[in-house]
Amino acid sequence: MSTAPTTQPLDAEEPAERALQTALSAAARPPPPGPLSAAVTFGWRGMVKIKHVPEQLLDVTITPVLFLLMFTYLFGGAVAGSTSEYLQYLLPGILVQTVLFTCVYSGVGLNTDMTKGVVDRFRSLPIWRPAPLVGAVLGDSVATPWRQRSSCCSACVMGFRPGAGALGVLAGMLLVVVFAFGLSWVFTTVGLLVRSPSAVMNTGFMALFPLIFLSNIFVAPSTLPWALEAFVGLNPISHLVTATRALMQGGASASELALVLAEAAALTAVFAPLTVRLYRGKG
Amino acid sequence: MLGPNGAGKTTTIRMLATLLRPDAGIARVLGRDVVDDADEVRGLIGLTGQLASVDDDLTGRENVILLARLLGYRSKPAKARADELLQAFGLDDAADRLVKNYSGGMRRRLDVAASIVVTPQIMFLDEPTTGLDPRSRNEVWDIVRALVGRGTTVLLCTQYLDEADQLADRIAVIDRGTVIAEGTPARLKASVGQGALHVRLLDPDQRAEAGRVLTRVLDAETQLAADPAALSVPVQGAERASEAVAELSQAGLELASFSLAQPSLDEVFLALTGHPAEEGEQA
Repeated sequence: MSTAPTTQPLDAEEPAERALQTALSAAARPPPPGPLSAAVTFGWRGMVKIKHVPEQLLDVTITPVLFLLMFTYLFGGAVAGSTSEYLQYLLPGILVQTVLFTCVYSGVGLNTDMTKGVVDRFRSLPIWRPAPLVGAVLGDSVATPWRQRSSCCSACVMGFRPGAGALGVLAGMLLVVVFAFGLSWVFTTVGLLVRSPSAVMNTGFMALFPLIFLSNIFVAPSTLPWALEAFVGLNPISHLVTATRALMQGGASASELALVLAEAAALTAVFAPLTVRLYRGKG
Repeated sequence: MLGPNGAGKTTTIRMLATLLRPDAGIARVLGRDVVDDADEVRGLIGLTGQLASVDDDLTGRENVILLARLLGYRSKPAKARADELLQAFGLDDAADRLVKNYSGGMRRRLDVAASIVVTPQIMFLDEPTTGLDPRSRNEVWDIVRALVGRGTTVLLCTQYLDEADQLADRIAVIDRGTVIAEGTPARLKASVGQGALHVRLLDPDQRAEAGRVLTRVLDAETQLAADPAALSVPVQGAERASEAVAELSQAGLELASFSLAQPSLDEVFLALTGHPAEEGEQA
């Protein structure tokens, strides 16, 4: 541990020194941001990350299109009598399925964050404590319609004609986004409980696959054995798909919508505080 | 705060920065309790953690903007502040590159830049130069000096006596969670004793003779290094060391290099505790 003398040209050093002094002597500290403003900033962070690594979302943009093509043209005739008939039935379900998978990414993102020093910095700031979590989940939810444009465009080309028009499709998407906000909290909880990002992914997909196939996304439940039909009827994903279909085709009932919103609220009420508690306890 | 790995430095800083709840006892930062008034404490401190507390998946500029926004800057002033800081820290050329492509020194500078978006009253730096090359280390040191010059109190953790000596007004040596010595660098070094003069000869065959000269001039036992041309001898002060070097050249012994080294952390520990610095549990 010897002290080596360091020689630096003086004229090169001085402007840097001055810039440093100016930077340090900046104006007074602004008042800290409100909860919403802090959360929105974290939402922005999530979006910017996606911008830098767009391929991270390839599977949630391409996979649904593949599902759409495959199910429509392979099974459409067998399941619904004609491919165009089946497409009307399938598209809302595919949108829901996509969103469910993106919810898992909220958990993966949080798990990845926790392994890095940047979380320490966030936690040492004078901001609303759940802001990083709420912001990330909010960002993921809001980005959803953008991610679904490929599915929607493909479906329109293939002959999807929603009875309630573009507005109906938008309303359906909005409902899916609200539900996604609730469901994301389940996966952020998982994200804080398991050890690695890939474990979050595995746990999430393992939990989702049975729920997705045992719902009314792909087939009408009336064709199923009674036990399965009963399960599908209880599955919240079925409720969401039913309501989304109704919004897109016209004729959504208030009770269908209320049920979905209540389920989203219940998921948030249970899992959001749980996530926040786990997040605070880490360290 | 000077101590080996596992001494409790990081744990202490994490408790003071409100990231970790103390199991027992009370800690106050500027008179605010770190548990009861955690939010107030967060408003006064800046933190640069041991893991670089920056976001790899954002650019340098986005990192600083994120922090500025979270500290209450509005959109435009946040961008202006980011530009100012990036320039002051010599990162303006790399501002739009992703941080994951930064070198270690650049990450550290960005890290420090992000923690002084608003000038904190107390700044915690956890081993800010570990793993940096000498040039980057000097840059970080300059920044710390400038911060101190602006009136910010800096609490710095380090494993290097050299670093503590360069930067600190007061040093606390900690071992296994306990402060074992505290005082100014001068006092501490006086209590530890002497440094050593390291000499490397052009001709390895002259080592024995050089040893005799050094022993005569400094009245101390020489130690032979593994390098066949090098040897070292304990010495009190630079003046005595330069006398010894002068004697060597008068005796016709040509030197390839010589350096005056401070006592190492190991020697400090040995002197203070009677046992060498041990690697404890990782904090």
